Amino acid sequence: MSRLKSTRTAICTLALLLTGSALSSAQAAGTLTIATVNNGDMIVMRQLSQEFEKAHPDIHLNWVTLEENVLRQRVTTDIAMKTGQFDVVTIGNYEVPIWAKQGWLTEIKPDAAYDVNDILPSVRDSLTADGKLYALPFYAESVMTYYRKDLFQKAGLTMPDAPTYDQIRQFADRITDKTNQVYGICLRGKPGWGENMAYVSSLANTFGAQWFDMSWKPTLTSDAWKATLNWYVSALKADGPPGATSNGFNENLALFASGHCGIWIDSTVAGGLLFDPKQSQVADKVGFAPAPKGPYGKGPTWLWSWSLAVPVSSHQSADAQTFITWATSKDYVKLVAAQKGWVAVPAGTRASTYAAPEYAKAAPFASFVLNAIKTADPNGPTAQPRPYTGAQFVGIPEFQAIGTQVGQTVAATLSDQMTVDQALTSAQTSITRALRQSGRAR
Amino acid sequence: MALKTKTSTRIGVTILAWGIALWLFFPIFWMILTSFKSDVQAISSPPKLVFMPTLSSYAEVFERASYWHFALNTMIVSVGATAIAIALAVPAAYSMAFMPSKRTRSTLLWMLSTRMLPPVGVLVPIYLLARNTHLLDTCTGLAIVDMLTNLPIIVWMLYTFFREVPAPILEAGRMDGATRWQEMTMVLLPLALPGIASTALLSLILCWNEAFWSLNLTSSNAAPLTAFIASFSSPEGLFFGKLSAASTLAVAPILIFGWISQKQLVRGLTFGAVK
Repeated sequence: MSRLKSTRTAICTLALLLTGSALSSAQAAGTLTIATVNNGDMIVMRQLSQEFEKAHPDIHLNWVTLEENVLRQRVTTDIAMKTGQFDVVTIGNYEVPIWAKQGWLTEIKPDAAYDVNDILPSVRDSLTADGKLYALPFYAESVMTYYRKDLFQKAGLTMPDAPTYDQIRQFADRITDKTNQVYGICLRGKPGWGENMAYVSSLANTFGAQWFDMSWKPTLTSDAWKATLNWYVSALKADGPPGATSNGFNENLALFASGHCGIWIDSTVAGGLLFDPKQSQVADKVGFAPAPKGPYGKGPTWLWSWSLAVPVSSHQSADAQTFITWATSKDYVKLVAAQKGWVAVPAGTRASTYAAPEYAKAAPFASFVLNAIKTADPNGPTAQPRPYTGAQFVGIPEFQAIGTQVGQTVAATLSDQMTVDQALTSAQTSITRALRQSGRAR
Repeated sequence: MALKTKTSTRIGVTILAWGIALWLFFPIFWMILTSFKSDVQAISSPPKLVFMPTLSSYAEVFERASYWHFALNTMIVSVGATAIAIALAVPAAYSMAFMPSKRTRSTLLWMLSTRMLPPVGVLVPIYLLARNTHLLDTCTGLAIVDMLTNLPIIVWMLYTFFREVPAPILEAGRMDGATRWQEMTMVLLPLALPGIASTALLSLILCWNEAFWSLNLTSSNAAPLTAFIASFSSPEGLFFGKLSAASTLAVAPILIFGWISQKQLVRGLTFGAVK
């Protein structure tokens, strides 16, 4: 009898717990749910958001921090099914034009005090679709070359003001010292559309290659693509670290910061981390130069911005816009500077940040990054006319799948599972099939 | 001579077992070790084995996220899903083990085949069902999905344990006038308790570690410890110390629980229901 009683009690307790948890899920009015990623600048935003809540006591912030790919998947599902779980989402300039075209994002209309013209034009344009602004940039990045000044000096080398890929290859050969685990060049090798393919696409642009011709036919078997991959594979095999297919942005950052890379070509956002002695063992030895040029020389250039947008499924659109204008405002930059120091302010978005002498003093790479972002043109001309926009990505919804698939094929060339020719032929076939399936190409 | 060979074989097997055990445990050991390093120490190469331990990663993890909120959600979901799954699986396995029909075997195989489907294949329908029943971001919704995911394995395991209980014991109960319910609760369950306990423990571990549905069906209110770990993963930043601290905190309860109950778990899994 007592056993029966205790079983009943256990079942009732469980039911109460589960019901209680179901009831508690109803979102309180005035609560904004913000989906974001765990990058350093976002961590600071979360810490300082208490100031926003103090200034807006009727708005409470609820943070959901997700892994980057999970965030994309969750937010896409949420918006497409109009669930309304998120009021503010953190997305990039790849998603903004595509999602805006789908009618998934709310147009942002900041007031005059926000000074939208202070946002760097290249960044603002990348978040605009049909003349309307759909997201506000939190921080932005382009691409640059980092190198070890001490290794260059020891080898009697000087980094030119505008290096070419041929020169980079020669420098990498000279400074590689594998017995001491110093590798001449570190590049992204981890498969993924936002990992190795971000770099390889950018490399292809400057080698005169492109993803598609005007009839959406893939052009991956072109000579320019072969030259691109041959450079990439031979450089990493000769002078790169072992296991390059495991190295993405973070892994290369760790390698460079711990003194194992001679040259690293990657996002400008790494500058703040490599120059910070708390995070880098080579902070006083880092030199920087523009991204190298290939045989074509021109081509679209890398631009990425982590931005805050309001999905149309949000039930609190006005409050959400109030928050994103605060988090991307000049006042927010000043707040970060006052609380965390000028070196920690979000980079690459506002001209006023770069006009501040305190920032130039705290971040020696500031003017360099400003120039890289100002001149970044993701819509720049390719060797042949192209039907898409984007530099390190192709601005079509299919690219996430295509890019990741091709990324795996490219990684296979690094691990000798395929030759460059085989990889490009295989990529050409799989992209042709994918675009036919999506109805974009016949 | 034979004794000598036996002893050396035993020593060899022991060394091999320890080697495999240490090899399997090494990633967990490394994670725990990294959690006591600063972020710079965590990425140092060659890796540092001797260092000044710091609790700064733990302090930051506790400062940034409400660990207890995530841990409570995990406990509610794991215990809830396991309890419901066992309650449903015991009668199912009982009927299949002692009153089999000609379709029992194919039913069992079909149940198991549902485990072979990649979860992402049913993401959209389950997400829509959860949305329409207001179960998104609730422990109830996640517990139901976890329960359904693990149910085939639980039924299979219980079916195997029940099959080892000699039918004459149940028949004897029936001869004494026991009803089906009494036969199941008063005769079968006490006999198969070690098996049920180890099945429940396995279900608990599977629910605790489940990540796909946790990340897709919850956001903040019902987010469990797997979401807690994911929130410390960064695409642009070297926070390996904090990520390791968060992971250590997430696995610690189930690791300790597994350690305490390992005898019962192994006994249940290896000896069967009746000795």
